[in-house]
Amino acid sequence: MANTTTPTPDRDISEALGERVRKADADGTPLRIVGGDTKGFYGRPVEGEALSTREHRGITSYDPVELIVSVRTGTPLAELEARLAEHGQMLPFEPPHFGDTATVGGMVATGLSGPRRPWAGAVRDFVLGARVITRAGDEQRFGGEVMKNVAGYDLSRLMVGAQGSLGLLTEVTLKVLPRPSASHSLRLEMPLDQARARLAEWGRQPLPLTAAAWQTGALHLRLEGGPGSVAATRERLGGEDLEADFWEALREQRLAFFSREDARPLWRLSLPYDTPALALDGVAEDDLLYDWAGCQRWLRSELPAETLREACASAGGHATCLTPGAAAPFTPLAPVMAKYHRRLKAELDPKGIFNPGRLYAEL
Amino acid sequence: MNIHFDARLDGELPRRDKAEVLASLQQSVPDLTLLHREEDLHPFECDGLAAYRVLPMLVALPETLDQVVALLKGCRELGVPVVTRGAGTGLSGGALPLEQGVLLVMSRFNRILDVDPDARTARVEPGVRNLAISEAVAPHGLYYAPDPSSQIACSIGGNVAENAGGVHCLKYGLTVHNVMKVEIITIEGERLTLGSEALDAPGFDLLALINGSEGMLGVVTEITVKLLPKPETAKVLMASFDDVGKAGHAVGDIIAAGIIPGGLEMMDNLAIRAAEDFIHAGYPVEAEAILLCELDGVEADVDDDCARVREVLETAGATDIQQAHDEAERALFWAGRKNAFPAVGRMSPDYYCMDGTIPRRELPRVLQGISKLSEQFGLRVANVFHAGDGNMHPLILFDANRPGELEQAEDLGGKILELCVEAGGSITGEHGVGREKINQMCAQFSPEELTTFHAVKAAFDPERLLNPGKNIPTLARCAEFGAMHVHGGELPHPELPRF
Repeated sequence: MANTTTPTPDRDISEALGERVRKADADGTPLRIVGGDTKGFYGRPVEGEALSTREHRGITSYDPVELIVSVRTGTPLAELEARLAEHGQMLPFEPPHFGDTATVGGMVATGLSGPRRPWAGAVRDFVLGARVITRAGDEQRFGGEVMKNVAGYDLSRLMVGAQGSLGLLTEVTLKVLPRPSASHSLRLEMPLDQARARLAEWGRQPLPLTAAAWQTGALHLRLEGGPGSVAATRERLGGEDLEADFWEALREQRLAFFSREDARPLWRLSLPYDTPALALDGVAEDDLLYDWAGCQRWLRSELPAETLREACASAGGHATCLTPGAAAPFTPLAPVMAKYHRRLKAELDPKGIFNPGRLYAEL
Repeated sequence: MNIHFDARLDGELPRRDKAEVLASLQQSVPDLTLLHREEDLHPFECDGLAAYRVLPMLVALPETLDQVVALLKGCRELGVPVVTRGAGTGLSGGALPLEQGVLLVMSRFNRILDVDPDARTARVEPGVRNLAISEAVAPHGLYYAPDPSSQIACSIGGNVAENAGGVHCLKYGLTVHNVMKVEIITIEGERLTLGSEALDAPGFDLLALINGSEGMLGVVTEITVKLLPKPETAKVLMASFDDVGKAGHAVGDIIAAGIIPGGLEMMDNLAIRAAEDFIHAGYPVEAEAILLCELDGVEADVDDDCARVREVLETAGATDIQQAHDEAERALFWAGRKNAFPAVGRMSPDYYCMDGTIPRRELPRVLQGISKLSEQFGLRVANVFHAGDGNMHPLILFDANRPGELEQAEDLGGKILELCVEAGGSITGEHGVGREKINQMCAQFSPEELTTFHAVKAAFDPERLLNPGKNIPTLARCAEFGAMHVHGGELPHPELPRF
C-alpha cells in the first residue's frame, strides 16, 4: 500500500476484508496482515499474501465523557492520539509508533506499551472490546463498548499481542483517561544499586511517578498528577530538570543507545521489579538501558540467545530479540504451554491463514 | 429458568453410578477427603445465588495440588464433570453443583505463600480471602485494589474465575488488571503458568483469558497479585439529588472535568432508605438519588479535586453536598453502600441482584425503562449503581413463598438485562454469567460468536467436563431461548455440533 499524502476519508471495508479472509480460508492461502508496516521487525517474518488494513479506518465512536473510544484498526495511531488530545485525553499506556504510518491495529496486535506502563497498565489493560474477522470471514464482536463486561471469554484481550495470529482485528474499543494536569521530568545522578533501592522504596509510597529509566549513572523520572503533588514531589526529590521529550525519544527508540550504528543485536529483557543486575559475561553497564523502573531492560549484546534467556528465566522473566532476522525473537514456550497454544491456534485458525509463524514457527 | 442441567439444551453428559465413582476416586486418590452422604453435601448445594440449589454427587476437599491433579485425571477417565468452588459467594450460580458431577472445593488452599514488598506482589493460594490479602500486606503500606462487596468472605481464586470488580474499578481496574500470574491445572491434569512475575510473558495472553473464565478452562491453584501503595488520603463527598437523571448527568460532568474518582457510586431512593434504615449512615432519606464520590491520592491533589467536584455537583443541581469529616464518617458513608444488598434484603423476604452494564449516557433512559418494567411486573426494584463505570445493580424485591413470584422476578431480571444489551451494554459487569444468565448470553452474542467461544473451550477442555452448562450457552439452548439472534428458526452452520 502506497503512502497517501492527502487525508484519507473514513471507510469501512470490513466486508471486503471478510471476503478476502473467507477466500483465503477456503483456499488455505496464508495471509500476512499489514497495517502501517512500522513494527514488522517485531517477530518472525510471515510468508503470505499481504492483507492491508489501512483503508479500514476512522473513529467510529468517541464520547469523551464515557472515557471510551472505538476505532477501526487501519486508523493511524497519530490520528487517534490527536483526536483524544483535543479533548484533553490520552492512551495511558503511551504506545510506541516506530514510524508515522503506525496504525491502531498494529498497536493492539503487538501489544507494545511505553514508559508509563508499570504505573498505568499495558495496551491489554485498556482494551475493552474488539471486532475480529474470524476464519469464516464474518466479523465477530467480543468484549464490549462499556467499561466493565465479563460476559463470555475475554477474547478481545487475548488478541492483544497475538500479532494477528488468531484472527483479523478490524475494530477495537479502548478505555482512555484524562491527561494529567501537571507533569515534570527530572534527572538524578546515582549509581544503579542506589537507583534500584530508591525505586523500591518509592514504589511503596503514593508518589506521582509515571516513568523511571536509568542509564549510565543517572535516574530519569517523570512525575505526573495534580499540580500540588507534582510540585511537592519535585521539591522532595530535587535533581536537575529533564526535557519531557526524553520519554518520547526513549519510547520511539531514538536515544543514542538504540542507534543503528551499533551492530550488536538489541534485546528486550522483561523482568520482575526487584531483579538485581543480571550476571552476564562481557556486558558492561553502558550496554544496558533500564526502563519501567527496571522491569524492561534494553540490552546490546552478542551473547547467545540461550545464555540471555536462561539468565532471565532464572529471575522469573523472559527475553525478546528485536533485531530483524532473529530465528526465534520470542522466548520459546515450555512444552506444555506450547501444546495449549497450538490447540488454541488449531481451533481458531485450523488452516493457518492468519500470520502463520509470526510468533512461533508452529503457530 | 430450569436450573437443572438439561442434556437436550446443555449437551450430553455420561451418567455414572455414584457408588462406582466414589469407589474409583477413593482408590485413585486415597488420601482425598470426599463427602458423599446427603447430610454432608447439603452445605454445598448453592453458592451466593441461593435461589438455585442442586445437590452434588460428591464433594472433594483436596489439600494438595497432587490431589487436585489426581482428582481431575480420575474424573476425566470416568467422564464425570467437575465444578470448582471457592468461597461460594458468587452471585450468578457459577459454582452451582451438578447432580452427576463432583464439586471441587478449593477452600483448604488458604495460605498466603509469599509477600514481596519491594516487588509489590503477593503469592497466594486460591482459597485466601480477598480482604485477607490487604490485611496481610498493610504493614508494608500496601493493599490489593479490587474490593467486591463480598471481600470479607470471597476467595481470590473465585475472584479470578469471575474477574471480580468492586467499587474502585474505574480507577484501579478489575481482577484482570491486578493479577500478574496464575497457576492452573487443566482437566488433563497438566499444570500451566499463565503470566509471570515480570510485566508480560511470551505467547498468547492466556492470563487475560483465564480471568473471568468461570472455571471452564482450568482449576486455579495459585495467584500472584499486584499490590498498590495505599493512597495518602481518601475523602468522600455525598451529594443528594431530587432527580435520578440529574445525578446521572453529574457523574458524566465529574469525569468531563478530568477527574477520575477512586469510587463513584449512586443509589436511588429505595436503596437509600433501605441502607439508612439498616446502617444509619446519615443518608438523606428524602433524596431521589445520592452520589458517593471518593477522591484519593496525595493530599494536595485530593483537596483540589474535592473543591472542583463540589463545584461540578452544585452546577449539576445537587440539593445538598456533605464531605465526610473524618475517617470514621468516611467508613460510615461507605458502609451504607457496601451493605446495600443486605439492607434491601431486610425490606423484602427475598431479593434478586442484577449486574448489567450500560454506557453512562444511557442511564436516565435505562432507569426509566426499569421503573416501567417494575410497575408492569408489580415488583419493587432498588437501584445501586457503580456509576463511574456504568455497572448497574438493580435489586428486584420479591417473596419466593408466593407461588410464581421467583419466576416473575427472574423474568423481570431477564428483561432488565435485555434492556442493557439494547442500550449498547452487557448482561454482566462483574458477577459473571454462571448458570443464571446463560439464556441472556444468546441476546448478547450471535451463534457465530458463541461458536468461537466453544472453540476456545475445546482447546482447553475438549470433553467439556469443567463446569458444563455454565457461562457459554449451546446453540441448541439459544435456538430455544435466544430469539434475538436466530432468524426464522434457522441456525447458521447447521453442520456444527450444538454444544
